[in-house]
Amino acid sequence: MSAAAIEVPGPADVLEARNLRVTFSSRRSAAPARAVDDVNLALGRAEIIALIGESGCGKSTLARALVGLVKPQGGQVISQGAPLKYSKAALRQHRRSVQLVLQDPAGALNPRHTVYDLVAEGPRLHGLTGNLYERVCTALTQAGLRPPEQFLARYPHQLSGGQQQRVVIAGALALEPSVLVADEPVSSLDASARGEVLRLLIDLRDTLGLSALVVSHDLGLAWNIADRVAVMYLGRIVELGTVEEVLLRPQHPYTRALLSILPGRRSAQTLTLLQGEAPDPAAIPGGCRFHPRCPLYAEKADDPRAQWCRERDPQVLPALSDSHLVACHFAASGAPDNPTAPPASAVGA
Amino acid sequence: MSGTHEPAEGAGPTPPLLEISDLRVSYEVGSRSVKAVRGVDLLVRSGEALGIAGESGSGKSTLVMSFLRLLPATATVTGRVSYHGEDILTMNWGRVRAVRWAGASMIFQGAMSALNPVRTIATQISEPILLHEKVSPRTARARAAGLLSDVGLPATRLDAYPHELSGGQRQRAMIAMALACDPDLIIADEPTTALDVMVQAQILQLLKDLTANRSVGLVMISHDLSVLAEVCDRLAVMYAGSICEIGPTGEVRTDPRHPYSAALLDAFPVIGDPASRRQPRGLPGDPPDATATAPGCPFAPRCAVVMPSCADHEIELWPAGPQRQSSCLRVLPEFAADRPNVNQRPDGAMASVTERNPGR
Repeated sequence: MSAAAIEVPGPADVLEARNLRVTFSSRRSAAPARAVDDVNLALGRAEIIALIGESGCGKSTLARALVGLVKPQGGQVISQGAPLKYSKAALRQHRRSVQLVLQDPAGALNPRHTVYDLVAEGPRLHGLTGNLYERVCTALTQAGLRPPEQFLARYPHQLSGGQQQRVVIAGALALEPSVLVADEPVSSLDASARGEVLRLLIDLRDTLGLSALVVSHDLGLAWNIADRVAVMYLGRIVELGTVEEVLLRPQHPYTRALLSILPGRRSAQTLTLLQGEAPDPAAIPGGCRFHPRCPLYAEKADDPRAQWCRERDPQVLPALSDSHLVACHFAASGAPDNPTAPPASAVGA
Repeated sequence: MSGTHEPAEGAGPTPPLLEISDLRVSYEVGSRSVKAVRGVDLLVRSGEALGIAGESGSGKSTLVMSFLRLLPATATVTGRVSYHGEDILTMNWGRVRAVRWAGASMIFQGAMSALNPVRTIATQISEPILLHEKVSPRTARARAAGLLSDVGLPATRLDAYPHELSGGQRQRAMIAMALACDPDLIIADEPTTALDVMVQAQILQLLKDLTANRSVGLVMISHDLSVLAEVCDRLAVMYAGSICEIGPTGEVRTDPRHPYSAALLDAFPVIGDPASRRQPRGLPGDPPDATATAPGCPFAPRCAVVMPSCADHEIELWPAGPQRQSSCLRVLPEFAADRPNVNQRPDGAMASVTERNPGR
């Protein structure tokens, strides 16, 4: 963490989801899709969290709810220590401090605008027009487009994919946010640009004390840049901890399966290939939502705890930043001898 | 196979499944000539899986599209694409149509756009069977059902439309289509790119099983070396329209002999490797200019271990060990003293050839 970040007064967590629920109702089925189904997550100052999961697990919806683009049906988004109000003025203020960076820079940038106009758009909308030129140049410099004057008059098609993503990030930085929420920021980029953009996110954290929530399906990205990892499955965070804890000592069978299928790692670890795709969020299985695909449950069908998997929803993980948390009945420490122990547990110290 | 080739005359050796020699593809854009593929030689034997890695613009898609003459008419293709000894580039169209699907088939990226949205899976899988073989629609449908179960889809999905299938199921249906006429060569263009990690692993496993069980040749392209390594026996890395390195998969991954291959490998970290923790590695510099005609190594402007000779020395694929070739000057004996530096990282950290990440 950078020294500058620590000096700034205010709450330790800059952005928090508290028992957040987002549902989408469908025309056909009566049951709404529970995209985000009771999630706690706290992003600390100058912290990078990687939110990992399969498509359809609700990770993008959670990100959009944190930015204030989706209004939750339950729970709260806590921004700078206060619950987010969904009035126009409050949202405006919130979206200035929490900036969204999208997946595909070519789609996010208007092809008929110059880099200057693209970066200046946010400040103009927020009425920050004093010293606009300087503000744009500073943002471009911070995003690694140096010297900025060289890029101002260019159009998106004159830039490489990595440079385009830097312009998107510069557009966010021009508003001096405290948090970047980046949804798959490198998945549409080439391998050589990937590292450059990830490096930039680390640099911004180190120099500006910027926090980031990076949504991705890529565990390698978490290893590259994140401080903590949250693994999401079907609307719920199932494992949370530091990168080293979660990726090197995974406790949840879903995290283990995700790690086992990484190309190039299979020789060292047995391959756990989950069958099929994640179930419909409108029909989340009862008990533990992962049990129909869980290799551990299949293996331990005779274990008394397997009944819990079918009948009891594991406790929702709290937003603790200093513990390795797992929502799994089998990972729960002491659970077999002490059935009253809470099913969610902190693993290790 | 189904009679798509005739053995060479006399007692000579059987021609290889696919042999590409000096393939060049260019497009005329205005007054400029865009050279997408600049002289590629490749050999694919029956039952072998070859992976071609490269970034967007490297020419890998253009290369494999030219194998089956799928490029637009604006492309100028020269060289030879020899399929069982027969040059596809000079075949008449009737023969090309016979080879497509029945001899060599293609799995396209993005099954949603490659499948026809208004026709059922059964119709689409049966179509090449009915076109290429004299069978009844009933037999074709039965064959389609068998193919679906081969790729892990229940036969009850036969009458589904593409939009009723998930992404992974659509990709499986695409693979079933590619297998429909029992080809001996399958070309897969980024077959898992649009898919989720778990589904990607399932599809890679399927491709691996299919190549092992049916002894078909597979040419698969991807931007991700680790994906190719899951399935392929040999890897070729493309940069600026040329192959810059080729060799057995394991050796290329653990001991790349071209700085560009090393950079591509470093872009995707190995979890647990302390060298990549909080150290994402990119490749600075601009992608190559496809209209450039300058001599020398096209990678030189971005290369971390560039030498003065790189700017003007004629570049070709030189032997770099048994079954291996690289177009880096440093594999030549006269530059061999510097060879360990091929693995120098852009951030200045050094990793010798032997130290380099044995777990990979």
